Amino acid sequence: MTFKLLENLNRKIIFPLLVLASPLVKADWFALNMTRGITDISNEVFELHMLIFWICVVIGVLVFGVMFYSMWAHTKKKNPVPAKFHENHKLEIAWTIIPFLILIAMAVPASKTLVKIYDDEAGDINIQVTGYQWKWQYRYLEDGVSFFANLSTDLDEIYNLVPKGENYLQEVDEMVVIPAGKKVRFLITANDVIHSWWMPAFAIKQDAIPGFVNTAWTVVDQPGIYRGKCTELCGKNHGFMPIVVKVVEQAEYDEWVFNKKQEAIKLAELTTKEWSTAELNERGEGIYEVNCVACHQTEGQGIAGIFPALAGSEIALNNKEKHIEILMEGVQGAAMNSFDYLSEVELAAVITYTRQAWGNAENGDGEIVIPKDIVDYKEPKI
Amino acid sequence: MNKGSKKTLTKLIIAVPLMFAFGFALVPLYDVFCEVTGLNGKVFQSEHTESLVIDDGRSISLQFISTNNENMPWTFQPSKEVMKIETGKYHTATFFVKNTTNKKMVAQAVPSVAPSNAAAHLKKLECFCFEQQELLPGEEATLPVKLLVSNELPSNIKNIILSYTIFDITDYNDESLAHHETGME
Amino acid sequence: MSAVIENHHEDHHHGPAKGITRWLYTTNHKDIGTLYLWFSFAMFLIGGAMAMVIRAELFQPGMQIVEPEFYNQMITLHGLIMIFGGVMPAFVGLANWLVPMMIGAPDMALPRMNNLSFWILPFAFFILLSSLFMEGGAPNFGWTFYAPLSTTYAPPSVTFFIFSVHIMGASSIMGAINVVVTIMNMRAPGVGLMKMPLFVWSWLITAYLLIAVMPVLAGAVTMMLMDIHFGTSFFNAAGGGDPVLFQHIFWFFGHPEVYIMILPAFGIVSHIIETFSRKQLFGYSSMVWAMLSIAILSFVVWAHHMFTVGLPLAAEIFFMWATMLIAVPTGVKVFNWVATMFRGSITFETPMLFALAFVVLFTIGGLSGLMLAIVPADFQYHDTYFVVAHFHYVLVPGAIFSIMAAVYYWIPKWTGNMYDERLGKLHFWLSFTGVNVTFFPQHFIGLAGMPRRYPDYALQFADWNMVSSVGAFLFGFSQLLFLFIVLKTVMGGKKATAQVWEGAKGLEWSVASPAPYHTFSTPPKID
Repeated sequence: MTFKLLENLNRKIIFPLLVLASPLVKADWFALNMTRGITDISNEVFELHMLIFWICVVIGVLVFGVMFYSMWAHTKKKNPVPAKFHENHKLEIAWTIIPFLILIAMAVPASKTLVKIYDDEAGDINIQVTGYQWKWQYRYLEDGVSFFANLSTDLDEIYNLVPKGENYLQEVDEMVVIPAGKKVRFLITANDVIHSWWMPAFAIKQDAIPGFVNTAWTVVDQPGIYRGKCTELCGKNHGFMPIVVKVVEQAEYDEWVFNKKQEAIKLAELTTKEWSTAELNERGEGIYEVNCVACHQTEGQGIAGIFPALAGSEIALNNKEKHIEILMEGVQGAAMNSFDYLSEVELAAVITYTRQAWGNAENGDGEIVIPKDIVDYKEPKI
Repeated sequence: MNKGSKKTLTKLIIAVPLMFAFGFALVPLYDVFCEVTGLNGKVFQSEHTESLVIDDGRSISLQFISTNNENMPWTFQPSKEVMKIETGKYHTATFFVKNTTNKKMVAQAVPSVAPSNAAAHLKKLECFCFEQQELLPGEEATLPVKLLVSNELPSNIKNIILSYTIFDITDYNDESLAHHETGME
Repeated sequence: MSAVIENHHEDHHHGPAKGITRWLYTTNHKDIGTLYLWFSFAMFLIGGAMAMVIRAELFQPGMQIVEPEFYNQMITLHGLIMIFGGVMPAFVGLANWLVPMMIGAPDMALPRMNNLSFWILPFAFFILLSSLFMEGGAPNFGWTFYAPLSTTYAPPSVTFFIFSVHIMGASSIMGAINVVVTIMNMRAPGVGLMKMPLFVWSWLITAYLLIAVMPVLAGAVTMMLMDIHFGTSFFNAAGGGDPVLFQHIFWFFGHPEVYIMILPAFGIVSHIIETFSRKQLFGYSSMVWAMLSIAILSFVVWAHHMFTVGLPLAAEIFFMWATMLIAVPTGVKVFNWVATMFRGSITFETPMLFALAFVVLFTIGGLSGLMLAIVPADFQYHDTYFVVAHFHYVLVPGAIFSIMAAVYYWIPKWTGNMYDERLGKLHFWLSFTGVNVTFFPQHFIGLAGMPRRYPDYALQFADWNMVSSVGAFLFGFSQLLFLFIVLKTVMGGKKATAQVWEGAKGLEWSVASPAPYHTFSTPPKID
């Protein structure tokens, strides 16, 4: 009871006060205006915004100017006898037509920019963006690279237990990497409710609607990291699913794609491939010959007194878990080292082989090990 | 109440259910509008496409996207992610689908076309999205889409994206579930 | 303009009932007006309390006060209560009090339906507010309740939300029918359409809009109900439906709705500026045509709320141009108000202060609306605090200020007592400061990149959020002063004359203050 009380006290009062006292690092009194962004389109949008803004300012100054003048000059004191005029058709027509012309002057450049934005022809790269509650998934259609991006800000920062980092609520565990200078097209959809993908630096915002695909495109010449946000209420963590795009030179992009593909291949092999015992045995035999035969010998007989036999061994026959553990950890005080530097596939294959070969399959439980078992072993259990 | 008031009242009382009906009328009107203009990327089954077949169409690329809605567990992917096709000719694309669960399930695929002004020119003669798809546990299928892109496609469009999202509609289909054999829980 | 003196013996027969039954069964437009106004004040304070929770959470980055799930309930209910419980009933209350008197009619055309229209409202809001205590919590999908967040993914209380909206809609429709029938059939001889006071015109147009679009809202929520409970797929892609269809139907209602919430304000401001400038309103017929144009145009601009949904280019262009066009008649109105003041003899009593602030601050809101109409720029503004700033400017120093102005202006007629002018001015300056400190910085944080409906934000938005929250607390607490002023005036104060204001024109100023329970039982003679 007291612990809960203290916890609440800390969480809700003391730490927030401390945080309040510390200087707000990235707080910005001068964050007043839209960003210019980093693309031709975003700059055009910014210019359009500023044009409309200044026209509105001028209109406001003119209208309020007349109004404030009147509030000063035409008080009852200064002007005790009010004028009698109450209509003027010419004036009405004038102040209908002139604003109409001003609006046309605004709408024409706006339409031109809009047409440019809609000209979304094929991209050099096409990325499918899928909004989920509450994260984004990205699939690079040409390269088959696919991953999720989650908010990576710690809950402790959100609940005021530790100070907030510089990119509070704007950081993710996987950035969208795109190459500079190439046309990137985004194909935006959603998995559950409506989300919206917004990159201010590219002036892109399109709703992510389940069952439908919206398109947007950009060409970014300048490498850098750009941050965006979800802009359609999508449930409780709507404010907690940001976007980070990293623009890099082509060479770095190619390398990133290659690495991602490798990761993907690995993961695919590990978790989705249905390994047949024959496949594992075949692979395993090859690995055994390279890594194990020196000590455990070709027929798994080992060398009596020095290296244990694998053929007929209790562990190889009936204890799959221990078998995995030994390969992963090695054996203390013995010559058997850890082999966890081998890939999961290799480990699974060699363990399976040693559980099957030399009559082990018939004499024991015959259990095989698949790469996923190794992955699972490696996963920290909470 | 005077006569004039009664008349006004009557007219207004009639107007209310009329506007309510108008709200509902927006539903089919929306679909009609989409079909006629091909906007919103909706495409419906086409007939009488023979007149669109030509010999010297142009080359465009067709990209396929597959999405699983929510936790739809099926494996669902296009057999080829990009196809180079010619306008004015019939082409068939296929999608691989597999029910990886141990229950019979029914899916509905929903198509979407981008850019939206290409949708009117993408004629589908056959599409697995026209019907519900039922798969037994572990069953796989290769589902076809037979289509033709009309040469009337605006010349600035060189790439069309055809996306399908599959939804799990098993629960909407209690009828079919009632027919499955016992022991297949 | 001469008024008919009320007959005393009629008062004895038909004077107000005693006790609570008076208020339950009244069919008197003045009583019903009072009920609506007090109800809307209560809802304003409740919705305001929710705003305080919202701004308290946004005072600093991090989650301090509430969880994100509850925050979403607060923003949803805040919007629903302010719109359907605050602004709309307040304008109906003003219509009830003023329209019959302004046209020389004895009461509204359908007095019993008038009573029903009011009394279903507390019932509807009781249901809506009680959803806070239901399992799963109150509606949490924003006042715009887009599908499928509000259908497939909604909490169980969504059904009560739908029921509540149906009832509010019925109330508005009945009220609107009453207004139209009254205005079209019960004007005293001599009160021609182009001679009617502008407030009456504004309500005539508003009432037609209500009759046209509230049933469409009813349709939208009925479709939601069917999707949720009866297996239909209006908005569900799996069944052949479309979430975007929801948005089209909703905003077909939603856009005229915002003009419903501002047209009566235009009427009020025209009256007040005319009175305190002691000069006839400039351009009466233009003002009428402007309101009509705004109302008609309001039907063809709805998709400007949907620019990022993936509309085809042709649609985006059409809706951009049509939306910008609305600026023309709106601008005409602003110019006419300024021309009314120009070379008048202006005094600055509290109603005039609120009316003048309306003209300036509503215009600012309107100009940010013009910016929002520009589609490529809207891609950067949509669903950010820039939109929140825009609509709060047109609704708070817009609609709400006009309602406060109306209360100060007409309360001497309603109660027979003058309000305390010093306190009124204090309330004005506190509210004026509060409203600007709250909402002006929201333009900045929106432009700088903060989305709306976020319970927490990145650090670069912290400074202006803090300022905005301070402004909100100031504005919020100032309304308690308003409550005090109103109560004080009801209880007593300097006695008001029939005329009340030197420059005031209109039939309502020809009857005594407080207005007798029944006015214009015989139609007045208009010269």
